[in-house]
Amino acid sequence: MTRRNVLLFVARHAVAIALSVMFLAPVVFLGLTSFMTSDQTLTSQLWPTSWHPENYAEAFAKAPLLRYLLNTLLYAALATGFMLLASVPAAYGLAKLRWRGRSVTMVAIVCMMMLPPQVTTVPLYLFWADAGLTGSLWPLILPMLAGDAFSIFLLRQFLVTIPDEYLDAARVDGAGEWRTLLKVVLPMARPGIAAAAMFQFFYAWNDYYGPLLYTSENEQNWTVSLGLAGFRSMHHVEWHLVSAATMLTMIPVVVLFFFAQKAFVQGVTLTGVKG
Amino acid sequence: MSLPLTGGAGTSRTPSPRLTRLRRRLTPYVFVAPTLAGLALFLVYPLVSAVYFSFTRFNLIQAPEWVGLDNWRFLFEDDNVVRAAKNTLWLVVVMVPARMLGALLTALLLNQVKRARGVYRTLFYLPALAPPVAATLAFVLLLKPGTGPVNTALSALGVADPPLWFNDPAWAKPSLVVLAMWGIGDLMMIFIAALLDVPVELHEAAALDGAGSWQRFRYVTLPSISPVLAFAAITGIIGTLQYFTQAAVAASVASGQVTGGGGISDTFGYPEGSTFTYPLWLYVVGFRYHVLGYANVLAVVLFVVSMTATVLLLRRFKEFTR
Repeated sequence: MTRRNVLLFVARHAVAIALSVMFLAPVVFLGLTSFMTSDQTLTSQLWPTSWHPENYAEAFAKAPLLRYLLNTLLYAALATGFMLLASVPAAYGLAKLRWRGRSVTMVAIVCMMMLPPQVTTVPLYLFWADAGLTGSLWPLILPMLAGDAFSIFLLRQFLVTIPDEYLDAARVDGAGEWRTLLKVVLPMARPGIAAAAMFQFFYAWNDYYGPLLYTSENEQNWTVSLGLAGFRSMHHVEWHLVSAATMLTMIPVVVLFFFAQKAFVQGVTLTGVKG
Repeated sequence: MSLPLTGGAGTSRTPSPRLTRLRRRLTPYVFVAPTLAGLALFLVYPLVSAVYFSFTRFNLIQAPEWVGLDNWRFLFEDDNVVRAAKNTLWLVVVMVPARMLGALLTALLLNQVKRARGVYRTLFYLPALAPPVAATLAFVLLLKPGTGPVNTALSALGVADPPLWFNDPAWAKPSLVVLAMWGIGDLMMIFIAALLDVPVELHEAAALDGAGSWQRFRYVTLPSISPVLAFAAITGIIGTLQYFTQAAVAASVASGQVTGGGGISDTFGYPEGSTFTYPLWLYVVGFRYHVLGYANVLAVVLFVVSMTATVLLLRRFKEFTR
């Protein structure tokens, strides 16, 4: 390496390491705070003088965190399952089949994907109130049976890249469209489906506006995001417990990410554009 | 494709060609039927009724009553909507470019780094996955005025009066930008992929012609990735128009007020309305004051604004709907 290259190497890594520290610091600080005593959280010390893992148990005792976690899991799992059932065939229809109204449908899906949820909030709230489902998470789960616009978009972008020859081969062999989808397209689309499923799961897991809208009056059905937002103000609890509860909502996300990192990265880049 | 040679219906087990053709033409609609129903029920119906409701007065108990343009006239007398729209506009103007610039710079950096690139990429990306409520709580703690680590560090560095961050009306929105910068990872990933797609030959040719690294960035990289940048800008704007969660949670937590039930709306906008975004005002009008007619006026306005951005997107990226 030339002198200039050595300098560049050092400079780049110095910046990259500094940025890594900045990206990590908030979580590390939150983690450290979650092991402090209540009194120590009021000081400017960074390192716990004594370690208190029992803060995590206390966080569970102060608020029905377990219930929130189960509600969130139910919401995220059902929403993801329902979304896949409807979105995969829809994306296939949009990517690989010819029919009248296809481009109009695609425009509508992009519009729906871009629509701020607040626009349709009042009419939809009234709709679900008529159905007697406000106060529960069902108004957020049931619509997934019709598919999710973002997931359909992502899956369609993925399916478009599968060469038509594979599908034609299956059709020549006498396979109907459903068989072609199940036997040929599904195995090839697995990474795309995995990415769509993870995005949907994370969306539901992280969702705050939806649960706030439909369940804020009914604490029985709160999700972790809602519980966490109200945690400090409701019980006037101290920062060490808030930190512990916050860590608990982050951990599943990180674990899931490391299990499916590849599908995830592919999914992110797929939604970034190109056609 | 084999055509059945026996034409007589009923005598043959193979269905008639006409039936086969009909089935083939209808199959696509079976695939998309739930989605079409969903678009009708969750897009068209609520949009049409939002427009209708915007001309009525009602709440959760009273049925809608036609009031003509009353709600729309009120839009021009509503000080809160002006304040909320200004805050949202501020966020669009500052947060979107800041996030794009940050993501582009980190993506360029990582494309230059060979060793440990994967580790850096994962570290930079992970915060983008953090639940927004959790991330907001972490940053309120991090930026706590008195004893938070950031202000402790600033004091140690000799800054006499470090900002009060989420507790200062002038600093609350910049604090939200800091929080948003923490989550640039997803955008960075998109930019990294786009940069990898820039043809190497172009760079080499430019270098042979004596172009410096800035000139190569300006005349080779930037034009190649401009569609991705446009896409990110438009989706960023639309995303920021919906900005709700972080503003609501930061205000509630930083205010330190004890509020019962789900009623964090008492603290929306803290401090002094500086974090009061347009969607927050829509939510408060609709679901705290239950003035549903006027809430739909706000919804229709938001729809028109975000649709303008969506139309731009669809024009620019025709391949989405081809």
